[in-house]
Amino acid sequence: MTAPNHRWRQYKNVLMQAVTLACAIVVVAPLVLIFYHLVRQGFSSINWAFFTQLPKPVGEPGGGMANAIVGTFILLGQAALLGVPIGVFGGVYLSEYGTSRLNWWVRFAADILNGVPSITWGIVVYALLVVPMKTFSALAGGVVLGLMMIPLVMRTTEEVLQLVPNGYREAALALGIAKWRTITQIVVRTALKGIITGILLALARVAGETAPLMFTALGNRFWTHQLTEPIAALPLQIFEYAKSPYEDWWRQAWAGALVLLLFVLFLNTGVRFLTRDRFRKQP
Amino acid sequence: MNSTMTPDEEKIVPQVGQASKAESRWPTSDAQFSTPDPRPSRPPALPALGVRHLSVFFGTNHVLKDVSLDVTARAVTAIIGPSGCGKSTFLRALNRMHELVPEARMTGEIRLFGEDIYAPAIEPVVVRRRVGMVFQKSNPFPTMSIAENVTVGLRLNGVRHRKQLAERTEQSLRMAALWDEVKDRLSAPAISLSGGQQQRLCIARALAVQPEVLLMDEPASALDPLATSKIEDLILELKKNYTIVIVTHNMQQAARMSDYTAFFYLGELVEFDATRKIFTSPAKKQTEDYVTGRFG
Repeated sequence: MTAPNHRWRQYKNVLMQAVTLACAIVVVAPLVLIFYHLVRQGFSSINWAFFTQLPKPVGEPGGGMANAIVGTFILLGQAALLGVPIGVFGGVYLSEYGTSRLNWWVRFAADILNGVPSITWGIVVYALLVVPMKTFSALAGGVVLGLMMIPLVMRTTEEVLQLVPNGYREAALALGIAKWRTITQIVVRTALKGIITGILLALARVAGETAPLMFTALGNRFWTHQLTEPIAALPLQIFEYAKSPYEDWWRQAWAGALVLLLFVLFLNTGVRFLTRDRFRKQP
Repeated sequence: MNSTMTPDEEKIVPQVGQASKAESRWPTSDAQFSTPDPRPSRPPALPALGVRHLSVFFGTNHVLKDVSLDVTARAVTAIIGPSGCGKSTFLRALNRMHELVPEARMTGEIRLFGEDIYAPAIEPVVVRRRVGMVFQKSNPFPTMSIAENVTVGLRLNGVRHRKQLAERTEQSLRMAALWDEVKDRLSAPAISLSGGQQQRLCIARALAVQPEVLLMDEPASALDPLATSKIEDLILELKKNYTIVIVTHNMQQAARMSDYTAFFYLGELVEFDATRKIFTSPAKKQTEDYVTGRFG
């Protein structure tokens, strides 16, 4: 039997399908656009010198961003040292120990912190570290990125630990295994891939942060020899070059942006690789 | 066992020879609760678990009400009753697993071969090493191999000796009637086994820490009939050396396997007697109605 408005329904169906498809394309389009632009503008400037040389003074052609690339890794290393242990331990506490009342407040605080604008983080660490030390420093840059990582890592760690079936905890405890060993050897081990995924995603997220570094790491046109000196970072260097009036620097900024994007893509692909077989073998 | 033990705890190390000493503190002549031994050739022994006036509360919810019974050593005691009657809670109270529920509390007394397992100096971890547990849903650790699953209880309690671990692996897997099926792939992931094999692996894992009592919470209810019969044969074999308490929804299973049966209803122990008696001439009408399938 055909409903009286059958045609109109079919028409609506096709229309809505087209709308959802269009929205899906809009999600993907910016990535394609960004990638296309970066490759077109920046690829020609990527060469061996870009990865091995310091920036050249204005007017001199060539030079690279070696110090900024290394600087980004140093900053991320410091951030991981601060953010990973606190974030993971905090997540373990939330999932395995905390009382529901306290957990509510900790989760609430972490979610608020995840939404705090990154420039605010920069100002806070500026006031807490840069002003007392009377210098911008790599240390302050690492601290600000690390602080931003803590709530990210904590929430993902908690979530993946909650995914571990309670049966495993009970099985371990029923064997007379102490609670802390149950947590470290059974629960965390079962959820390890998820925890690492969360850490990598948090690193990818803070790797591109620029605003907080402007107040802390500041940037540096030379090599940094101590953590108490200002340090270069890719996002800072991109920002500085992009706002300069020199065409040569613009090209380098494009190249830097391309390298940064490739790095973040690499981290994200690593995550895909790690989580690949998570649902393949179910007991 | 390890250095964290206080002198008080050392006394609870199980010794069959100590039975007479403990007996003096814990008389078995408590005629009210004692049950006739179906195997008259054995002398009356100290109960593996002596439960007296056990009540368990979850918050304000009174789940178990004044339960008293003796679990005979080297025998199978079945716990039956409709869902929500407190069977699982009773089982979990026997090795203090119910304490994992926040706001759980208990009154009364449970003695393991005469020793109060709720004494202030006793840690739940120590109780659980002596009273093992097998769950309804098989739960081998997915990150570990078959052999690692068997020895995990030993390894995480500090046993490092390789030869000892290997010996205990074989011994436990043999006891769980799994050795012949897995001996060639001990390092394969545990979750590559079939459901029935996984459950027998969990039994082997529980046996590897050499508990005195084995608690089983519907160990076969998620398995097909063939795997179920394997588990049942295994239990009958195990009772030669172990004391087994099994919760089951399957009346035939209780009748086939157990020496004693306890019928729980609404948190109370309605009747506890030799299995034959429960299934042929129960003292209470409620029990008769339940075992004949008239309710529940």
